[in-house]
Amino acid sequence: MYLAKIYVTYKPSILDPKGESIKAALHRMDYSQVENVTMGKYFELQLAADTKDVDAVVKALCDQLLVNVNMETYRYEIEEVEMA
Amino acid sequence: MRFAVIVFPGSNCDADMYYAVQDQLQAEVTYVPHTATQLNDIDAVLIPGGFSYGDYLRTGAIARFAPIMPAIIDFANNGGLVLGVCNGFQILTEAGLLPGALHENKDLAFICKDVQLTVANPNTPFSNRFEKDEVITLPVAHGEGNYYCDAETLAQLEANHQIVFRYQDNPNGSVADIAGICNERGNVLGMMPHPERAVEAILGNTDGQRLLSSLLQ
Repeated sequence: MYLAKIYVTYKPSILDPKGESIKAALHRMDYSQVENVTMGKYFELQLAADTKDVDAVVKALCDQLLVNVNMETYRYEIEEVEMA
Repeated sequence: MRFAVIVFPGSNCDADMYYAVQDQLQAEVTYVPHTATQLNDIDAVLIPGGFSYGDYLRTGAIARFAPIMPAIIDFANNGGLVLGVCNGFQILTEAGLLPGALHENKDLAFICKDVQLTVANPNTPFSNRFEKDEVITLPVAHGEGNYYCDAETLAQLEANHQIVFRYQDNPNGSVADIAGICNERGNVLGMMPHPERAVEAILGNTDGQRLLSSLLQ
């Protein structure tokens, strides 16, 4: 089977209020070297071993549901894994 | 004129919307569940506020794929009137019926208060009882009402007069103080403020009544 690991974050042009809030807390904790924090989402999808064109499938489901491409960007990795 | 109030799992302003139409507009209204696949004899669709599907993934993201949505999209594409309030606005952007997206308020707080809005475009089926630049008051209640679109989309919204309501004092970080927009054709409106919560003088505000009654004209 396949394991798709999908990482979703805001586009750089959009304010990430959660990331900003975390950064402010880190600065209060004296981690002044932290220059930027981005908070995003992480998905793991297991896909059947006989999935055809798994890359296209993952990209399509990201574009259709997992990601709002108006404001988010994503990347993914696909691994072949043994059945658990 | 017959209104439909769409009910998703987690909608929580559906009864307010139903009441506003039935008791205040004195128009015919029916609930349509998310599981329905048709809109029969409906003249206007109201998508109420709430937390459809628990806001899981993103606000409106799961509702966009509910069984009723293809019928709503067809209805809108055929020129039918669709009003989405709060979560309804979020659903309309996710469904691609309105451009842009809504995300967390800039200060991360859930904002629940009356806000003042400027009527930027009174020439829509949803705002025709207002004057251009009139200031009205409606309540907001949202955590994710921060409207975002890219510069190109914003330029289109401005050029086509699709920005219908703007915040006087932007509470959530929305691009261009946007509180409500319509599609290019003008038959689909999404807005974060709640007109259905401002329909009775005894409760202090009837600006929402004026907005909803625009639909009857």
